[in-house]
Amino acid sequence: MPNGDENQLIELAQYRIETKTRASAILALAGVALVLIFAVLPVFAGRGLIQDLIFVFYMLALAQCWNLLAGYAGLVSVGQQAFVGLGGYLLFALTIGAGIDPIAAVVLSGLIAAVFAVPTALVLFRLRGPYFAIGSWVVAEVYRLVFAQFKQLGGGTGTSLPPSATNEIFGIEWVKEMFEVRSPAARDIITYWIALALAAGAPLLVYLVLRSRYGLALFAIRDSEATAESAGVDSFRAKLGVYVLVAAATGMIGALIYLQKARISPDAAFSVLDWSAYVIFIVIIGGVGTIEGPIVGVIVFYTMQHYLADFGTWYLILLGALAIVIMLFAPKGIWGYVAQRYRVALFPVRRMLVRPHE
Amino acid sequence: MLETRGLTAHYGDFQALYGIDTVIGPGETIAIIGANGAGKSSYLKAITGLIRAEPDSVRFEDSPIGALGAASILKLGIAMVPEGRRLFSSLTVEENLLIGSYGRNVAGIWSLDSIYGLFPPLKERRTAPSHTLSGGEQQMTAIGRALMSNPRVLLCDEISLGLAPIVIRNIYDAMPRIKQTGTSIVLVEQDIAQAMKVADRVYCFQEGRVSLSGRPEELTREQVHLAYFGH
Amino acid sequence: MLDWLGTIIQGVLLGGLYALFAAGLSLIFGIMRLVNLAHGDLIVLAAFAILSLATWLGFDPFLATLLAMPAMFAAGFALQHVLLNRALGRDLLPPLLVTFGLSIIIQNGLLEAFTADSRRLRLGAIETASIELGGNLAIGVMPLLTLGSAIAVVLLLNLLFYRTALGRAFRATSDDLEIAQLMGIDHHRIYSIAMGIAMVVATIAALYLGIRANFDPTIGPARLIYAFEAVIIGGLGSLWGTLAGGVIIGLAQTFGAKLNPEWQILAGHIAFLVVVVLRPRGLFPRAVD
Repeated sequence: MPNGDENQLIELAQYRIETKTRASAILALAGVALVLIFAVLPVFAGRGLIQDLIFVFYMLALAQCWNLLAGYAGLVSVGQQAFVGLGGYLLFALTIGAGIDPIAAVVLSGLIAAVFAVPTALVLFRLRGPYFAIGSWVVAEVYRLVFAQFKQLGGGTGTSLPPSATNEIFGIEWVKEMFEVRSPAARDIITYWIALALAAGAPLLVYLVLRSRYGLALFAIRDSEATAESAGVDSFRAKLGVYVLVAAATGMIGALIYLQKARISPDAAFSVLDWSAYVIFIVIIGGVGTIEGPIVGVIVFYTMQHYLADFGTWYLILLGALAIVIMLFAPKGIWGYVAQRYRVALFPVRRMLVRPHE
Repeated sequence: MLETRGLTAHYGDFQALYGIDTVIGPGETIAIIGANGAGKSSYLKAITGLIRAEPDSVRFEDSPIGALGAASILKLGIAMVPEGRRLFSSLTVEENLLIGSYGRNVAGIWSLDSIYGLFPPLKERRTAPSHTLSGGEQQMTAIGRALMSNPRVLLCDEISLGLAPIVIRNIYDAMPRIKQTGTSIVLVEQDIAQAMKVADRVYCFQEGRVSLSGRPEELTREQVHLAYFGH
Repeated sequence: MLDWLGTIIQGVLLGGLYALFAAGLSLIFGIMRLVNLAHGDLIVLAAFAILSLATWLGFDPFLATLLAMPAMFAAGFALQHVLLNRALGRDLLPPLLVTFGLSIIIQNGLLEAFTADSRRLRLGAIETASIELGGNLAIGVMPLLTLGSAIAVVLLLNLLFYRTALGRAFRATSDDLEIAQLMGIDHHRIYSIAMGIAMVVATIAALYLGIRANFDPTIGPARLIYAFEAVIIGGLGSLWGTLAGGVIIGLAQTFGAKLNPEWQILAGHIAFLVVVVLRPRGLFPRAVD
């Protein structure tokens, strides 16, 4: 081998693949601190704030999940409410029917939802793009109509979670003592912690998936499925894996949502507006395909809801107008716009080729 | 009539053209040759407005047209036969031809009848869906489609690609008749032989730059080889 | 036996209504690949337009529809020109969110303007008139007119697509946008015209919707899903396919209802999923996608 080529090889070997940026290391610490602050918040905060935060947390978690599915894996689903509702009903069935502790039931609901996700995916993966989106909506409607048939779970009008099921949550006695509250408030606090865990865990999960080799496969598929497959990526298995993973997470979130609401009905649990439209709004307004985007989006959404919901139809008109305006002027969402302009990434998942001595 | 000055083109971060200077006079036939990836297609796309270019880097009859969109370019009288034919798959042969005059419907030599005269096989297949045609028939249709707008400049992107030699010869046999009408023709080709035979002048591209230009009869094989391959 | 025949007839007639809902959507989706989440609400908007014209001018709904059609064409053209053309591009998501925003605005705008009260378009006796076919079988006149209108709409649209230069331009733009631009086709203008036409079809659908059942500002999304199902089953770019799709959904729903009234909508969805699993691109997709 001529000398020049050998030197080139040695130089090539010194290149590294990195994902860290300096900003991200600092922010990782800040993130942990933030989670800890939220964890001790129940000591100071009133019940109203806790309940508001539960809402923020589970919407954030749903948004992160949808983002992983649509923004990174390219599976634009308008049917995730299928798993929210499924998770909710599984929670009710497990706690009322099998007497399982609600916390365990949340986890179990997620796992069982994952099982349902497999045949669902086998049907849906026959479709592409907009067909997949509509198909997923139809499947969710099927779930809704089927569950409305189960009289044991309340049929079309739904059912409530009896206190007997929720007063026995693991740890509730400890909470009641520690915070000097009664059962309902204590239940809220425990639900709050579960919600916090899901809200903190979701972005972390997405981040870990994307940084893994699995994530690299997803990026490749998102850019060009045909090319990715010719490079050896099994796109079907990759997509199936993401779909099932997201279904499990969504199922857990759904279980949590209905643990808090304590009342379920098919129309509410499988609502395309509440669990798809608003979630998609949050992700896209915030910035699809970024982990930071949904965080921005949920802050915007919560703020609007909190302060403007009293205005009824005008609030909704404003919401619709906001969606339109942002899509026309910042199609990558608020965070997407900021990130592009200022070249920032708090959760860096892009792989960068770093030269030696840089 | 149509000239490029310092034309550059980018695909995102990738630069395909590094300052191309070319001149195409009225009625001239120009061949653009070069290896795969040399920038020949990018050159045509920049002229036709499919890729963005600086306004002044492409001039047609002394007006800057570099920043115009594809539809406007056609209306000016610059028509392209795209690489890979790209016929409209749900249109028949005749409908593909007719759509050629949708955007620019001017009186001129080229009409359905004269194009069927130029490429007789198309007349027999006029009602056939375009995806049932052979490669050669598709190429004829694509050329006819571009001619239907009675263009002043006809840009042909790799019309010999994927065709058998005898088919290529048939198609190139039609070139003199197109030349006769006074249309300028730009032929972008990887296959040098046919293009050089009909061209008045040749440009050779290599890695986004013009590496050679001149009249075919004045260029030696070694010169062309060097310009084409770079070594 | 005759009983089943009656069910089949009902199903086909219902399919006519769904086909009308779907035809406008099929046009838009076929030409510009736009998933218009506001389509159902636009039909409802048209219904209120017809209602308003009928009430203010004292016209019957048919005449009011005739008047509403050019107004809706202009509205659709303007909507596409000002808003939707800007949102369309390579990505699936921005148009999805823009049309979602539009859907919310239309629904809530209508709520503000007309309240949530249920409305109906009144025609008089013809609403419930029916034609006796003998042996206990009867066809409602309105459902028959609905199906007839659906067929007429498909025929006219196909005439437009296959016999006119504009139609050629529509098909070319749908086949290959880049090359259509190369041919000098101003695709933004083409899209605006297409949206205008889709709104005219939506107005016709609105007429039959409003006569058949009560409507209020919020019923748009429910109709939307049936329309999408019909379009997808039918296949991209085929209006006859959309008609067939509507009929299939109508038949499935009617047979489902016959087995158990609670299963009507579910049956329609199941039929959709079955067709789509067997033929992911629909029954009559046009050439290559």
